[in-house]
Amino acid sequence: MSKQKTNSKTKSGMLLILITLFIALVGYVLFSGVSVGVYDIGNVSNNINYGLDLTGGVNVVLEAQATDDDPVTAEKIESAMLTIRQRIDTLGVSEPTITKQGDNRIRVSIPSVSDQEEALDLIGKTAQLEFVGPDGTVILTGKDVVDSKGVMQTDSTGLEKAVVTLKFSEEGTKLFADATQKYIGQAIQIKLDDEIISSPTVNVAITNGEAVIEGIGDIEEAGNLASLIRGGALPVKLVPIEVRTVGPTLGQNSLDKSIYAGMIGIGLVLIFMLIFYRGLGIIADMALIIFIIIFMIILTALNVTLTLPGIAGLILTIGMAVDANVIIFERIKEEARLGKSLLTAIDAGFSRAFSTILDSNVTTLIAGFVLFFLGSGSVQGFAVTLILGILVSMFTAVVITKQLVILLVKTELFKSNTFYGI
Amino acid sequence: MKKNIQVAEKSKIWFAVSLILIAISIGSLFINGLNFGIDFIGGTIVTIELNTPFETSDAKALIEEYDTSADVTYAGEAKTQVIISTKKDLSTEERQALFSKFQEKYNLEDTDLLSIDTVSPSIGAEMANSAMIAAVVAVLLMLVYITFRFEFMFGLAAVIALIHDLIIVLGVYSIFQIQVNSPLIAAMLTILGYSINDTIVVFDRIRENRPKFGKYDFASLVDTSVTQTLRRSINTSFTTLLAIGALYAFGVPAVQDFALPLMVGIVSGTYSSIFIASALWCKIKEFQASKRAAVKN
Repeated sequence: MSKQKTNSKTKSGMLLILITLFIALVGYVLFSGVSVGVYDIGNVSNNINYGLDLTGGVNVVLEAQATDDDPVTAEKIESAMLTIRQRIDTLGVSEPTITKQGDNRIRVSIPSVSDQEEALDLIGKTAQLEFVGPDGTVILTGKDVVDSKGVMQTDSTGLEKAVVTLKFSEEGTKLFADATQKYIGQAIQIKLDDEIISSPTVNVAITNGEAVIEGIGDIEEAGNLASLIRGGALPVKLVPIEVRTVGPTLGQNSLDKSIYAGMIGIGLVLIFMLIFYRGLGIIADMALIIFIIIFMIILTALNVTLTLPGIAGLILTIGMAVDANVIIFERIKEEARLGKSLLTAIDAGFSRAFSTILDSNVTTLIAGFVLFFLGSGSVQGFAVTLILGILVSMFTAVVITKQLVILLVKTELFKSNTFYGI
Repeated sequence: MKKNIQVAEKSKIWFAVSLILIAISIGSLFINGLNFGIDFIGGTIVTIELNTPFETSDAKALIEEYDTSADVTYAGEAKTQVIISTKKDLSTEERQALFSKFQEKYNLEDTDLLSIDTVSPSIGAEMANSAMIAAVVAVLLMLVYITFRFEFMFGLAAVIALIHDLIIVLGVYSIFQIQVNSPLIAAMLTILGYSINDTIVVFDRIRENRPKFGKYDFASLVDTSVTQTLRRSINTSFTTLLAIGALYAFGVPAVQDFALPLMVGIVSGTYSSIFIASALWCKIKEFQASKRAAVKN
């Protein structure tokens, strides 16, 4: 045996060991995370953008209702979205997503909000505030209010009560002063969305442009009402047509269970490949682990939101990712049976299998893209991981597996065809 | 030489099996229909953690005011969760009042309200429509791609095999009255992609083997090609079933909704790509050849 050949054998062996160690290292950093000084590197599960079904949150689709004299316009939808954003901001929650759907719908997603029903209440209310005189004339509306707060105030009986303070604009101040002058001794109704929330009797003309709304349940309710008034009325009536909320504990539970189920699924696939394809199976398993690593990195880098259906899509592509390897390995076996040497069979197997893999994956990609462009919400989340999975798996199965198989053969550690399951 | 599996030779058997399954599926769809969930017909589902075992009658009593026909079921490992489903899409106020009642009776925190799903009935029809459009668009695009890379008749055979798979998945949902919600649509479209993937692998081999066979020896061509790709078809479906099966066995309901139809679709898709698609192509080709021969004579 020549020295050169021994060298190339050792080199291939070393390279293979290095690659294995590298995969193990990257895998460890990625999934467990390490701390270098003050920097935390890796731990991909902390960096993934999880969907509401995994973190808990509120998802609501509002539909604008048109009336004969009040059509829904694009401007109204835009302005309603702005108002909703302001209202949610007062809840102090992180990053709500507000998107327009079709011509007359708004989708609002709020992650990890503690009181979900309160949030829902806040989002959809029209919040049309009106001061109505005893004769039924509208004195002023929420538009004339520049500021509003929910505070505790001591009333005439000495009791602390929650009230909502209002500060009017210049024009509002004038209107309110005129009205209170006119209606002294009479009651003014304060209406929110046509519901009377308070009807105080006017004692003196109020000229300083300030007023309070009494008769509020508690300070929390007062705060909410104040923020509704501050945010202003929605320019159009919105009706929730789809509401989905997930509590934080349920979300976390779903995530844990799905990861557990996914691990078992991956484990079963790894074992199957090992039993059925032996030496080649080891390579396929390495390729599958590389696939998962690359997939996770891309998922994080593209900031794709991972949802429950997305996890289902990922697991499905893991099943399919080994498909390309199965096609290639079966082809290699066929070529070897024709009497070709191992390396020639491998070469022929890869090149002949390529068109099969391409054609079969393109058809699945077509389904994925149609799902992405024509689907909505959860369906899109599924489509994204499906598409990503197919693309990455084609790369790992064809390019990476080939290099690894050739390396393994070149080490000449395993010479029997049985080792390669041939 | 290994013996070929007789796909084209005994196509009558395989077609018969499929026709029987399709007849049962369509029959059940007509008689039993589908058990549509709230995604399609609208309604509300509220899940609450009560932290204690409970009587459904107690829960029902609390709900009566809002909907007397509401369904109450247990959930959770210790059966301490209540799932309330109504066919009415309850308003925010109604849901709040409902939860307050439970909160009072069982002394609950806000976070014990595990999930709410409310869908208005109008959305369902829209979703079914857009799903149909998606399916048709996907099938047409696949047909174009297959015609471009193979030939139209391959595409036609593949699409018939696809429709076969979709009918069987729907049939399973109808026979076992499994609730149909939006994940089924995504799953059906994925089955479209997956099943055609299987079929293409077989067709690819037919395309490759074609020069080796006589011009009109379609049956041997098909049987040889199917036999050569058989191991791959079974192994691939098996690995995918392993992964999806684990999700179904250990996953949460939202994921199971995806996994179940996928499992049925993968099994049916494997059957149709091995036994139906190529045999169909063979029959079409033989028919075309005999017609051409007849014209010549």
